Amino acid sequence: MEEHKRNLVIPGEIITEGDNYLPGEGTEKRGKKIVALRYGLAEEINKLVKVIPLSGVYQPRRGNVVIGKVNLLTFNGWVIDIGTAENAFLPLTETPRFVPKDRLDEVMEIGDIAVVKIFGINGRGIDLTIKSRGLGRIDEGLIFKINPNKVPRVIGKEGSMIKIIKDYTNCNITVGQNGFIWIKGDKIEDELFAKEAIEFVTEKSFMEGLTDKMDGWFESKGAVKRESKRYDEKSEEEWGGENDN
Amino acid sequence: MTTKGYVRKDGRKNDELRSPIKAEVGVIPNADGSAMFQIGKTIAIAAVYGPKKMHPQHSQDPEKGTLRCTYNMNSFSVEERIKPGPSRRSTEISKITEWALEPTLMLDKFPNMVVDVHINIIQADAGTRCAGINAASMALAHAGIPMRDMVSSISVGKIDKSLVLDLDKYEDSEFDEGEGSTDIPVSITHSGEITHLQLDGKISKEQLMEVIEMAKKACNEIYEIQKKALKEALK
Repeated sequence: MEEHKRNLVIPGEIITEGDNYLPGEGTEKRGKKIVALRYGLAEEINKLVKVIPLSGVYQPRRGNVVIGKVNLLTFNGWVIDIGTAENAFLPLTETPRFVPKDRLDEVMEIGDIAVVKIFGINGRGIDLTIKSRGLGRIDEGLIFKINPNKVPRVIGKEGSMIKIIKDYTNCNITVGQNGFIWIKGDKIEDELFAKEAIEFVTEKSFMEGLTDKMDGWFESKGAVKRESKRYDEKSEEEWGGENDN
Repeated sequence: MTTKGYVRKDGRKNDELRSPIKAEVGVIPNADGSAMFQIGKTIAIAAVYGPKKMHPQHSQDPEKGTLRCTYNMNSFSVEERIKPGPSRRSTEISKITEWALEPTLMLDKFPNMVVDVHINIIQADAGTRCAGINAASMALAHAGIPMRDMVSSISVGKIDKSLVLDLDKYEDSEFDEGEGSTDIPVSITHSGEITHLQLDGKISKEQLMEVIEMAKKACNEIYEIQKKALKEALK
Protein backbone atom coordinates (compact mmCIF):
# COMPACT_ATOMS: atom_id res chain seq x y z
CA MET A 1 0.00 0.00 0.00
CA GLU A 2 1.44 3.33 -0.98
CA GLU A 3 1.23 6.32 1.26
CA HIS A 4 -1.84 8.56 1.25
CA LYS A 5 -3.81 5.99 -0.66
CA ARG A 6 -6.96 5.21 1.26
CA ASN A 7 -8.97 2.07 0.77
CA LEU A 8 -12.50 1.45 1.96
CA VAL A 9 -12.50 -1.58 4.22
CA ILE A 10 -15.16 -3.57 6.04
CA PRO A 11 -14.85 -5.35 9.42
CA GLY A 12 -12.76 -8.49 9.22
CA GLU A 13 -11.06 -7.49 6.00
CA ILE A 14 -7.27 -7.90 5.76
CA ILE A 15 -5.74 -4.48 5.14
CA THR A 16 -2.13 -5.52 4.74
CA GLU A 17 0.22 -8.35 5.53
CA GLY A 18 3.74 -8.31 6.87
CA ASP A 19 5.85 -8.32 10.01
CA ASN A 20 6.75 -4.66 10.26
CA TYR A 21 3.29 -3.09 10.27
CA LEU A 22 1.78 -1.70 13.44
CA PRO A 23 -1.93 -1.94 14.15
CA GLY A 24 -3.44 1.48 14.87
CA GLU A 25 -6.92 2.63 15.70
CA GLY A 26 -9.71 0.42 14.36
CA THR A 27 -7.37 -2.41 13.46
CA GLU A 28 -6.04 -5.58 15.04
CA LYS A 29 -3.05 -7.82 14.40
CA ARG A 30 -3.81 -11.47 13.74
CA GLY A 31 -0.61 -13.33 13.11
CA LYS A 32 1.10 -11.37 10.36
CA LYS A 33 -2.09 -9.80 9.11
CA ILE A 34 -3.49 -6.39 9.96
CA VAL A 35 -7.26 -6.75 10.06
CA ALA A 36 -9.85 -3.96 10.03
CA LEU A 37 -12.24 -3.89 12.97
CA ARG A 38 -14.60 -1.30 11.64
CA TYR A 39 -16.03 0.12 8.48
CA GLY A 40 -14.02 3.03 7.15
CA LEU A 41 -11.01 4.19 5.19
CA ALA A 42 -7.76 2.33 5.83
CA GLU A 43 -4.68 4.51 5.86
CA GLU A 44 -1.01 3.72 6.34
CA ILE A 45 1.48 6.28 7.60
CA ASN A 46 5.02 5.18 8.52
CA LYS A 47 4.00 1.52 8.83
CA LEU A 48 1.18 2.43 11.21
CA VAL A 49 -2.12 1.24 9.82
CA LYS A 50 -5.39 2.75 11.00
CA VAL A 51 -9.01 2.94 9.96
CA ILE A 52 -10.71 6.33 9.73
CA PRO A 53 -14.37 5.80 10.57
CA LEU A 54 -16.99 7.08 8.12
CA SER A 55 -20.13 6.51 10.11
CA GLY A 56 -21.40 5.91 13.58
CA VAL A 57 -22.13 7.97 16.64
CA TYR A 58 -19.73 10.55 18.07
CA GLN A 59 -17.11 9.08 20.41
CA PRO A 60 -16.06 11.66 23.00
CA ARG A 61 -12.35 12.21 23.59
CA ARG A 62 -10.36 14.30 26.01
CA GLY A 63 -9.56 17.72 24.62
CA ASN A 64 -12.43 17.83 22.15
CA VAL A 65 -14.27 21.11 21.79
CA VAL A 66 -17.97 20.39 21.43
CA ILE A 67 -21.23 22.32 21.31
CA GLY A 68 -24.04 21.25 23.60
CA LYS A 69 -27.31 22.25 25.17
CA VAL A 70 -27.86 22.83 28.88
CA ASN A 71 -30.16 20.12 30.17
CA LEU A 72 -30.20 20.65 33.90
CA LEU A 73 -28.91 22.95 36.62
CA THR A 74 -27.66 21.17 39.72
CA PHE A 75 -26.41 22.72 42.95
CA ASN A 76 -22.81 22.64 41.74
CA GLY A 77 -22.90 22.79 37.96
CA TRP A 78 -24.66 22.20 34.69
CA VAL A 79 -25.61 18.99 32.92
CA ILE A 80 -25.02 19.49 29.22
CA ASP A 81 -26.23 17.30 26.38
CA ILE A 82 -23.42 16.96 23.85
CA GLY A 83 -24.98 14.13 21.87
CA THR A 84 -23.21 11.27 23.64
CA ALA A 85 -24.58 8.29 25.52
CA GLU A 86 -23.16 9.61 28.77
CA ASN A 87 -24.34 12.91 30.09
CA ALA A 88 -21.67 15.54 30.34
CA PHE A 89 -21.24 17.64 33.45
CA LEU A 90 -19.80 21.12 33.72
CA PRO A 91 -18.87 21.82 37.35
CA LEU A 92 -19.11 25.26 38.88
CA THR A 93 -15.36 25.24 39.49
CA GLU A 94 -14.65 24.99 35.78
CA THR A 95 -16.01 28.45 34.97
CA PRO A 96 -13.51 31.21 34.16
CA ARG A 97 -14.61 33.44 37.03
CA PHE A 98 -16.22 32.88 40.42
CA VAL A 99 -19.96 32.16 40.38
CA PRO A 100 -21.98 32.03 43.60
CA LYS A 101 -23.92 28.82 44.07
CA ASP A 102 -27.27 30.56 43.80
CA ARG A 103 -26.35 32.44 40.65
CA LEU A 104 -25.87 29.53 38.27
CA ASP A 105 -28.69 30.68 36.02
CA GLU A 106 -26.90 33.96 35.40
CA VAL A 107 -24.16 32.10 33.54
CA MET A 108 -26.27 29.51 31.76
CA GLU A 109 -29.91 28.50 31.92
CA ILE A 110 -31.72 25.38 30.79
CA GLY A 111 -31.92 25.42 26.99
CA ASP A 112 -28.86 27.59 26.48
CA ILE A 113 -26.28 26.46 23.94
CA ALA A 114 -22.61 26.51 24.91
CA VAL A 115 -19.21 25.74 23.48
CA VAL A 116 -17.46 23.44 25.94
CA LYS A 117 -14.27 21.42 26.11
CA ILE A 118 -14.00 17.85 27.37
CA PHE A 119 -11.29 17.74 29.99
CA GLY A 120 -11.86 14.27 31.31
CA ILE A 121 -13.75 11.05 30.77
CA ASN A 122 -14.18 8.71 33.70
CA GLY A 123 -16.41 5.83 34.66
CA ARG A 124 -19.18 8.11 35.87
CA GLY A 125 -19.35 10.34 32.84
CA ILE A 126 -17.77 13.20 30.97
CA ASP A 127 -16.36 16.29 32.66
CA LEU A 128 -16.39 19.61 30.84
CA THR A 129 -14.74 22.98 31.18
CA ILE A 130 -15.29 26.49 29.85
CA LYS A 131 -12.04 27.86 31.23
CA SER A 132 -10.26 28.42 27.89
CA ARG A 133 -10.76 31.24 25.46
CA GLY A 134 -13.59 30.84 23.00
CA LEU A 135 -15.63 28.64 25.32
CA GLY A 136 -18.88 29.49 27.02
CA ARG A 137 -22.46 30.36 26.23
CA ILE A 138 -23.47 31.19 22.68
CA ASP A 139 -25.60 34.33 22.46
CA GLU A 140 -26.17 34.79 18.76
CA GLY A 141 -25.42 33.23 15.44
CA LEU A 142 -26.38 30.14 13.54
CA ILE A 143 -26.12 26.55 14.76
CA PHE A 144 -26.58 23.42 12.72
CA LYS A 145 -25.44 19.83 12.80
CA ILE A 146 -23.41 17.76 10.39
CA ASN A 147 -22.28 14.14 10.51
CA PRO A 148 -19.58 14.09 13.24
CA ASN A 149 -17.42 11.82 11.07
CA LYS A 150 -17.08 14.64 8.55
CA VAL A 151 -15.74 17.17 11.07
CA PRO A 152 -12.06 16.46 10.22
CA ARG A 153 -12.84 17.18 6.56
CA VAL A 154 -14.57 20.47 7.40
CA ILE A 155 -11.58 21.58 9.47
CA GLY A 156 -9.02 20.31 6.96
CA LYS A 157 -5.34 19.66 7.48
CA GLU A 158 -4.19 22.04 10.23
CA GLY A 159 -7.35 24.05 9.74
CA SER A 160 -6.81 24.80 6.07
CA MET A 161 -10.39 24.15 4.98
CA ILE A 162 -12.07 26.14 7.73
CA LYS A 163 -9.66 29.03 7.14
CA ILE A 164 -10.71 29.23 3.50
CA ILE A 165 -14.37 29.25 4.45
CA LYS A 166 -13.77 31.93 7.08
CA ASP A 167 -11.80 34.09 4.64
CA TYR A 168 -14.45 33.98 1.95
CA THR A 169 -17.54 34.38 4.12
CA ASN A 170 -16.09 36.74 6.72
CA CYS A 171 -17.72 34.73 9.47
CA ASN A 172 -16.49 33.33 12.72
CA ILE A 173 -16.94 29.57 12.71
CA THR A 174 -16.61 27.15 15.61
CA VAL A 175 -16.71 23.49 14.70
CA GLY A 176 -17.61 21.17 17.55
CA GLN A 177 -16.16 17.67 17.30
CA ASN A 178 -19.64 16.30 17.92
CA GLY A 179 -20.83 17.71 14.60
CA PHE A 180 -22.43 20.92 15.79
CA ILE A 181 -21.24 24.06 14.03
CA TRP A 182 -21.67 27.62 15.20
CA ILE A 183 -21.42 30.42 12.67
CA LYS A 184 -21.33 34.06 13.66
CA GLY A 185 -21.14 36.76 11.04
CA ASP A 186 -22.10 40.39 10.66
CA LYS A 187 -24.96 39.63 8.29
CA ILE A 188 -27.35 36.69 8.19
CA GLU A 189 -26.52 36.29 4.47
CA ASP A 190 -22.88 35.66 5.35
CA GLU A 191 -23.87 33.05 7.92
CA LEU A 192 -26.12 31.21 5.48
CA PHE A 193 -23.40 31.33 2.85
CA ALA A 194 -20.92 29.79 5.28
CA LYS A 195 -23.45 27.07 6.07
CA GLU A 196 -23.88 26.37 2.38
CA ALA A 197 -20.12 26.08 1.97
CA ILE A 198 -19.82 23.66 4.90
CA GLU A 199 -22.65 21.54 3.56
CA PHE A 200 -20.88 21.44 0.22
CA VAL A 201 -17.76 20.15 1.96
CA THR A 202 -19.69 17.42 3.78
CA GLU A 203 -21.37 16.30 0.57
CA LYS A 204 -18.10 16.15 -1.33
CA SER A 205 -16.07 14.83 1.61
CA PHE A 206 -14.87 11.77 -0.32
CA MET A 207 -13.20 13.93 -2.99
CA GLU A 208 -9.42 14.15 -3.13
CA GLY A 209 -7.84 17.59 -2.90
CA LEU A 210 -11.08 19.28 -1.94
CA THR A 211 -9.30 22.15 -0.20
CA ASP A 212 -7.81 23.31 -3.51
CA LYS A 213 -11.19 23.08 -5.21
CA MET A 214 -12.88 25.30 -2.63
CA ASP A 215 -11.34 28.49 -4.10
CA GLY A 216 -13.04 27.67 -7.40
CA TRP A 217 -16.34 26.96 -5.68
CA PHE A 218 -16.32 30.30 -3.86
CA GLU A 219 -15.35 32.21 -7.00
CA SER A 220 -18.20 30.59 -8.92
CA LYS A 221 -20.51 31.89 -6.22
CA GLY A 222 -19.05 35.37 -6.61
CA ALA A 223 -17.43 35.57 -3.20
CA VAL A 224 -14.37 37.69 -2.58
CA LYS A 225 -11.53 36.49 -0.41
CA ARG A 226 -10.71 38.68 2.54
CA GLU A 227 -7.95 38.02 4.96
CA SER A 228 -10.11 37.49 7.98
CA LYS A 229 -9.30 39.79 10.84
CA ARG A 230 -10.91 37.34 13.22
CA TYR A 231 -8.99 34.38 12.06
CA ASP A 232 -6.74 33.83 15.05
CA GLU A 233 -9.33 34.37 17.70
CA LYS A 234 -10.59 30.85 18.21
CA SER A 235 -8.47 28.75 15.97
CA GLU A 236 -6.35 26.99 18.58
CA GLU A 237 -9.20 25.28 20.36
CA GLU A 238 -10.83 24.12 17.21
CA TRP A 239 -8.12 21.83 16.04
CA GLY A 240 -6.76 21.30 19.52
CA GLY A 241 -9.06 18.32 19.85
CA GLU A 242 -8.07 17.02 16.47
CA ASN A 243 -4.40 16.68 17.35
CA ASP A 244 -5.39 14.55 20.29
CA ASN A 245 -6.71 11.77 18.10
CA MET B 1 -42.10 -40.33 -4.56
CA THR B 2 -38.74 -39.95 -6.18
CA THR B 3 -35.76 -41.98 -5.11
CA LYS B 4 -33.21 -40.11 -7.22
CA GLY B 5 -33.56 -37.03 -5.11
CA TYR B 6 -35.73 -34.01 -5.02
CA VAL B 7 -36.25 -31.87 -8.12
CA ARG B 8 -36.93 -28.25 -7.25
CA LYS B 9 -40.09 -26.60 -8.47
CA ASP B 10 -38.42 -23.34 -9.48
CA GLY B 11 -35.76 -25.16 -11.49
CA ARG B 12 -32.84 -24.29 -9.23
CA LYS B 13 -29.96 -26.66 -8.64
CA ASN B 14 -29.81 -28.15 -5.15
CA ASP B 15 -26.93 -25.87 -4.18
CA GLU B 16 -28.20 -22.75 -5.85
CA LEU B 17 -29.26 -19.58 -4.02
CA ARG B 18 -32.45 -17.78 -4.90
CA SER B 19 -32.19 -14.78 -7.14
CA PRO B 20 -32.20 -11.87 -7.15
CA ILE B 21 -29.84 -11.23 -4.23
CA LYS B 22 -29.66 -7.52 -3.54
CA ALA B 23 -28.03 -5.60 -0.74
CA GLU B 24 -27.93 -1.92 0.01
CA VAL B 25 -26.52 0.14 2.84
CA GLY B 26 -27.85 3.39 4.27
CA VAL B 27 -31.51 2.87 3.45
CA ILE B 28 -32.75 4.59 6.64
CA PRO B 29 -31.33 8.12 6.88
CA ASN B 30 -32.34 8.67 10.52
CA ALA B 31 -30.57 5.56 11.83
CA ASP B 32 -26.89 5.45 12.82
CA GLY B 33 -26.51 2.53 10.45
CA SER B 34 -28.93 0.69 8.20
CA ALA B 35 -29.10 -1.93 5.47
CA MET B 36 -31.48 -3.82 3.24
CA PHE B 37 -31.01 -7.43 2.18
CA GLN B 38 -33.11 -9.22 -0.37
CA ILE B 39 -32.90 -12.85 -1.38
CA GLY B 40 -35.55 -14.09 -3.77
CA LYS B 41 -38.85 -12.73 -2.56
CA THR B 42 -37.67 -12.21 1.03
CA ILE B 43 -36.71 -8.64 1.92
CA ALA B 44 -35.34 -7.55 5.29
CA ILE B 45 -34.35 -4.10 6.45
CA ALA B 46 -32.26 -3.46 9.53
CA ALA B 47 -31.62 -0.24 11.44
CA VAL B 48 -28.94 0.23 14.10
CA TYR B 49 -29.17 2.90 16.81
CA GLY B 50 -26.40 3.51 19.27
CA PRO B 51 -24.28 2.75 21.18
CA LYS B 52 -26.51 4.74 23.52
CA LYS B 53 -27.19 4.71 27.23
CA MET B 54 -29.12 1.66 28.39
CA HIS B 55 -32.49 2.33 29.94
CA PRO B 56 -33.80 1.18 32.41
CA GLN B 57 -30.68 1.57 34.48
CA HIS B 58 -30.98 -1.86 36.16
CA SER B 59 -30.40 -3.62 32.83
CA GLN B 60 -27.07 -1.85 32.35
CA ASP B 61 -24.00 -4.05 32.25
CA PRO B 62 -20.95 -2.25 33.67
CA GLU B 63 -18.62 -4.86 32.10
CA LYS B 64 -19.62 -4.53 28.48
CA GLY B 65 -22.28 -3.21 26.16
CA THR B 66 -25.47 -5.02 25.30
CA LEU B 67 -26.82 -5.97 21.91
CA ARG B 68 -30.57 -5.73 21.67
CA CYS B 69 -32.25 -7.06 18.55
CA THR B 70 -35.89 -6.69 17.64
CA TYR B 71 -37.20 -8.85 14.84
CA ASN B 72 -40.56 -7.92 13.42
CA MET B 73 -42.54 -9.22 10.51
CA ASN B 74 -44.71 -6.51 9.03
CA SER B 75 -48.38 -7.38 8.80
CA PHE B 76 -48.31 -6.96 5.01
CA SER B 77 -45.22 -9.10 4.50
CA VAL B 78 -47.15 -12.30 3.80
CA GLU B 79 -50.19 -13.12 1.66
CA GLU B 80 -52.54 -13.57 4.59
CA ARG B 81 -52.20 -10.55 6.91
CA ILE B 82 -50.48 -11.45 10.15
CA LYS B 83 -51.36 -9.86 13.44
CA PRO B 84 -48.87 -7.11 14.18
CA GLY B 85 -46.92 -7.01 17.42
CA PRO B 86 -44.55 -9.32 19.23
CA SER B 87 -45.27 -13.03 19.17
CA ARG B 88 -43.65 -16.16 20.54
CA ARG B 89 -41.93 -16.63 17.18
CA SER B 90 -40.61 -13.10 16.80
CA THR B 91 -39.28 -13.05 20.36
CA GLU B 92 -37.38 -16.25 19.67
CA ILE B 93 -35.91 -14.95 16.42
CA SER B 94 -34.87 -11.69 18.09
CA LYS B 95 -32.91 -13.68 20.67
CA ILE B 96 -31.42 -15.98 18.02
CA THR B 97 -30.27 -12.93 16.03
CA GLU B 98 -28.57 -11.50 19.10
CA TRP B 99 -26.72 -14.74 19.66
CA ALA B 100 -25.71 -14.98 16.02
CA LEU B 101 -24.25 -11.48 15.91
CA GLU B 102 -22.83 -10.90 19.38
CA PRO B 103 -19.71 -13.10 19.05
CA THR B 104 -18.36 -10.80 16.32
CA LEU B 105 -19.06 -7.52 18.09
CA MET B 106 -16.53 -5.84 20.39
CA LEU B 107 -18.96 -4.45 22.90
CA ASP B 108 -16.46 -4.29 25.77
CA LYS B 109 -15.68 -0.73 24.68
CA PHE B 110 -19.21 0.40 25.51
CA PRO B 111 -20.01 -0.37 29.16
CA ASN B 112 -23.50 0.57 30.36
CA MET B 113 -24.59 1.10 26.78
CA VAL B 114 -26.84 -0.66 24.35
CA VAL B 115 -26.77 -1.15 20.61
CA ASP B 116 -30.29 -1.41 19.25
CA VAL B 117 -30.91 -3.38 16.08
CA HIS B 118 -34.38 -3.27 14.59
CA ILE B 119 -35.04 -5.83 11.89
CA ASN B 120 -38.18 -5.53 9.82
CA ILE B 121 -39.27 -8.11 7.30
CA ILE B 122 -41.17 -6.20 4.66
CA GLN B 123 -41.70 -9.19 2.37
CA ALA B 124 -41.51 -12.79 3.53
CA ASP B 125 -40.93 -15.94 1.54
CA ALA B 126 -39.06 -18.24 3.96
CA GLY B 127 -35.56 -17.64 5.29
CA THR B 128 -36.51 -14.38 6.97
CA ARG B 129 -34.25 -14.85 10.00
CA CYS B 130 -31.27 -15.41 7.71
CA ALA B 131 -32.09 -12.34 5.64
CA GLY B 132 -32.52 -10.43 8.89
CA ILE B 133 -29.11 -11.49 10.19
CA ASN B 134 -27.47 -10.60 6.86
CA ALA B 135 -29.06 -7.16 6.91
CA ALA B 136 -28.24 -6.63 10.59
CA SER B 137 -24.58 -7.54 10.08
CA MET B 138 -24.28 -4.97 7.31
CA ALA B 139 -26.15 -2.35 9.32
CA LEU B 140 -23.87 -2.87 12.33
CA ALA B 141 -20.81 -2.42 10.15
CA HIS B 142 -22.38 0.67 8.62
CA ALA B 143 -23.03 2.07 12.10
CA GLY B 144 -19.30 1.89 12.80
CA ILE B 145 -19.57 -0.66 15.60
CA PRO B 146 -16.19 -2.41 16.07
CA MET B 147 -16.53 -5.96 14.79
CA ARG B 148 -14.08 -8.83 14.42
CA ASP B 149 -15.80 -10.15 11.34
CA MET B 150 -18.93 -10.01 9.23
CA VAL B 151 -21.70 -12.58 9.64
CA SER B 152 -23.51 -14.20 6.73
CA SER B 153 -26.47 -16.48 7.13
CA ILE B 154 -28.30 -19.01 4.99
CA SER B 155 -30.74 -21.84 5.51
CA VAL B 156 -30.12 -25.33 4.24
CA GLY B 157 -33.02 -27.74 4.05
CA LYS B 158 -33.52 -31.44 3.95
CA ILE B 159 -36.33 -32.10 1.51
CA ASP B 160 -37.34 -35.76 1.83
CA LYS B 161 -33.85 -37.29 1.70
CA SER B 162 -31.90 -34.73 -0.31
CA LEU B 163 -30.21 -31.55 0.83
CA VAL B 164 -31.11 -28.27 -0.82
CA LEU B 165 -29.84 -24.75 -0.27
CA ASP B 166 -31.93 -21.69 0.56
CA LEU B 167 -35.49 -22.96 0.91
CA ASP B 168 -38.38 -20.97 -0.48
CA LYS B 169 -41.81 -20.87 1.07
CA TYR B 170 -43.12 -23.95 -0.71
CA GLU B 171 -40.12 -26.06 0.25
CA ASP B 172 -40.10 -24.74 3.80
CA SER B 173 -43.72 -25.07 4.82
CA GLU B 174 -45.85 -26.76 2.16
CA PHE B 175 -43.79 -29.76 1.07
CA ASP B 176 -44.82 -32.88 2.99
CA GLU B 177 -43.90 -35.91 0.91
CA GLY B 178 -41.69 -38.70 2.19
CA GLU B 179 -39.69 -37.54 5.19
CA GLY B 180 -41.04 -34.02 4.79
CA SER B 181 -38.89 -30.94 5.04
CA THR B 182 -36.42 -29.83 7.70
CA ASP B 183 -35.08 -26.30 7.75
CA ILE B 184 -31.56 -25.67 9.12
CA PRO B 185 -30.57 -21.98 9.33
CA VAL B 186 -26.81 -21.48 9.75
CA SER B 187 -24.84 -18.28 10.37
CA ILE B 188 -21.14 -18.27 9.61
CA THR B 189 -18.49 -15.55 9.88
CA HIS B 190 -16.22 -14.86 6.95
CA SER B 191 -13.37 -16.70 8.69
CA GLY B 192 -15.55 -19.80 8.85
CA GLU B 193 -16.75 -19.84 12.43
CA ILE B 194 -20.32 -20.90 13.05
CA THR B 195 -22.16 -18.45 15.30
CA HIS B 196 -25.63 -19.93 14.96
CA LEU B 197 -27.17 -23.19 13.87
CA GLN B 198 -30.77 -24.19 14.36
CA LEU B 199 -32.31 -27.55 13.67
CA ASP B 200 -35.63 -29.02 14.55
CA GLY B 201 -36.12 -32.30 12.80
CA LYS B 202 -34.12 -35.39 12.16
CA ILE B 203 -30.85 -35.56 10.25
CA SER B 204 -27.89 -37.93 10.25
CA LYS B 205 -24.47 -36.77 11.41
CA GLU B 206 -23.01 -37.25 7.92
CA GLN B 207 -25.74 -35.17 6.34
CA LEU B 208 -25.36 -32.43 8.95
CA MET B 209 -21.67 -32.13 8.11
CA GLU B 210 -22.67 -31.84 4.48
CA VAL B 211 -25.18 -29.13 5.44
CA ILE B 212 -22.41 -27.11 7.08
CA GLU B 213 -20.19 -27.44 4.02
CA MET B 214 -23.03 -26.26 1.77
CA ALA B 215 -23.76 -23.34 4.10
CA LYS B 216 -20.10 -22.30 4.20
CA LYS B 217 -19.96 -22.13 0.42
CA ALA B 218 -23.18 -20.16 0.21
CA CYS B 219 -22.17 -17.79 3.03
CA ASN B 220 -19.03 -16.90 1.10
CA GLU B 221 -21.21 -15.87 -1.82
CA ILE B 222 -23.40 -13.80 0.47
CA TYR B 223 -20.33 -12.23 2.10
CA GLU B 224 -19.15 -10.99 -1.29
CA ILE B 225 -22.54 -9.36 -1.83
CA GLN B 226 -22.48 -7.73 1.61
CA LYS B 227 -18.93 -6.51 1.01
CA LYS B 228 -19.85 -5.07 -2.37
CA ALA B 229 -22.84 -3.24 -0.92
CA LEU B 230 -20.76 -1.71 1.88
CA LYS B 231 -18.03 -0.64 -0.52
CA GLU B 232 -20.47 0.87 -2.97
CA ALA B 233 -22.16 2.96 -0.30
CA LEU B 234 -19.36 5.50 -0.76
CA LYS B 235 -19.52 6.04 -4.53
